Amino acid sequence: MLSNFSGIFMALQACADITNDGGACDPGNPNSHFALGMRALEAADPAHGAVNPWVALAYLIAGVCFILALRGLSHPTTSRAGNRYGMVGMLIAVVTTLVTHDVANIVEIGIAILLGGIIGFTIARRIAMTAMPELVAAFHSLVGLAAVLVGWAAYLNPGAFGILEASGDISAVSRIEMGLGIAIGAITFSGSVIAFAKLSGKMSGSPILLPGRHVINLGTLAAIIVLTGLFATAAASGTMPLIVALTIAAFIIGFLLIIPIGGADMPVVVSMLNSYSGWAAAAMGFTLGNTAMIITGALVGSSGAILSYIMCRAMNRSFLSVIAGGFGADDSAGGGGEAREQRPYKQGSAEDAAFMLKQAEKVIVIPGYGMAVAQAQHALREMGDLLEEQGVEVKYAIHPVAGRMPGHMNVLLAEANVSYDKVFELEDINSEFAQCDVAFIIGANDVVNPAAKTDKSSPIYGMPVFDVDKAKQVFFIKRSMGGVGYAGVDNDVFYMDQTMMLLSDAKKMVEEINKALGD
Amino acid sequence: MDFISILSIFVLACFVGYYVVWSVTPALHTPLMAVTNAISSVIIVGALVASAEAGSATAKWLGLAGVVLASVNIFGGFAVTERMLAMYKKKEK
Repeated sequence: MLSNFSGIFMALQACADITNDGGACDPGNPNSHFALGMRALEAADPAHGAVNPWVALAYLIAGVCFILALRGLSHPTTSRAGNRYGMVGMLIAVVTTLVTHDVANIVEIGIAILLGGIIGFTIARRIAMTAMPELVAAFHSLVGLAAVLVGWAAYLNPGAFGILEASGDISAVSRIEMGLGIAIGAITFSGSVIAFAKLSGKMSGSPILLPGRHVINLGTLAAIIVLTGLFATAAASGTMPLIVALTIAAFIIGFLLIIPIGGADMPVVVSMLNSYSGWAAAAMGFTLGNTAMIITGALVGSSGAILSYIMCRAMNRSFLSVIAGGFGADDSAGGGGEAREQRPYKQGSAEDAAFMLKQAEKVIVIPGYGMAVAQAQHALREMGDLLEEQGVEVKYAIHPVAGRMPGHMNVLLAEANVSYDKVFELEDINSEFAQCDVAFIIGANDVVNPAAKTDKSSPIYGMPVFDVDKAKQVFFIKRSMGGVGYAGVDNDVFYMDQTMMLLSDAKKMVEEINKALGD
Repeated sequence: MDFISILSIFVLACFVGYYVVWSVTPALHTPLMAVTNAISSVIIVGALVASAEAGSATAKWLGLAGVVLASVNIFGGFAVTERMLAMYKKKEK
């Protein structure tokens, strides 16, 4: 049966390729384009063979809507309109597909969509904002699995996707695309499952290092490439074991790739899997010759890749070293690791902090993931409000790797009603520390560690950090002096003359400061 | 549509994606991930094609399973993005 994609492509083909043989517009003549490596023009169905360029146009519009959806995110004021564009694009794509196919079982499809919709909607309503990283990881795994399922369905029922050749086989190009789609989808799935388990604490965040893992990983990757090649060139009857092996190998490599990566690198991993889920969709788009899927896949793929790059740069780590894994497990003895002598530090109380905050003219708050863990964001916003009532200028400084995923801290502050025009990125605010009276560090550690600038042996050397040492006064909220940041290195800021350590649970401490401010 | 035409669309879309994503403000990177996740579920189109066709029962069920998974993502992804974006407010002075 001809999927209507075939019709579209024939139409486009006929328009674009007039020099082609005369059969271009004839849906009954499936032999006209194969020599040229055309896809999807097969198994013509007389009922739907009538060419409809509107369908192609509809998918293109859906693709453009998705571009606008991302474009809207350039500013908070336009972002919600952007999200609507995304919904409209998706609606167009789904309706177009349903309308242009012989849907024998609309009820079953309706139930499937409804079921998925209810699950998705319920999760989206209930999820805590602190749990966004694991939610996104879980969602990525679903896209990956869906790509595998679609790839398999296309393999089992190629006629429906219009990828049969005249000989009754799937064309080699389609098989490569299908194989790649399944492989990337499977990697996305198993990788995201591991990322989800690590982020949600169902699995230890510390890297698990198998002996000879690089050899195993490279071997499995090579096997996937070889299998894809074999799958594309093998005779049709012999492809089943190959595609099974390909799928299994891809599931395994996804798992192997993520288990050696430590918790600190999770923002990179989540972004990377984001990228993979896009490439998987794009590969499927190639198989189906569907512009909406190709455009979306390319958008999502580049988005994830850029976010991974931003995260890597913010940690001064190369992408390869993140993928190779093991950060935080080996050579953590660098820097002040073993030489942690007891140095004197100053400890203060909430009352002291409140008193000095009141006297300040400008306060910069540096939140980290510890703030999210302690759920201190609401108390923190209250503190900001109280200080502003006293005429103190309060700004928030966010490091790109604060939190567990790109932009996570911004969402948490937004949830606590912090106005987004008071929240600044690292490079925009770093020069202001010299003029600020108080740098208020809550739940952050490595991102303010001056060792990143001065100590070449430190594992975080080269990472861009906040220049809190330039501030007149530093308040550092921390549970105890024992703990260290993700990178496992001591922090000189603790022992500076102008630093006052506020040792307590972040939420409790801020609430006490608020109480003292209110008095 | 021949391979080169599709490839052209793909390559150009990569460039569009590159420039559009760099213009996204870092404050909205989490909603960006949520929404890209939602739109990558456009793969539902493939699942719908598979489930609509009668050619293979296995393919149909695989397709329907794909529809469920992608729908979770579409509704979940857009809803959670909407929820997040609604929180980004500017305080009236």
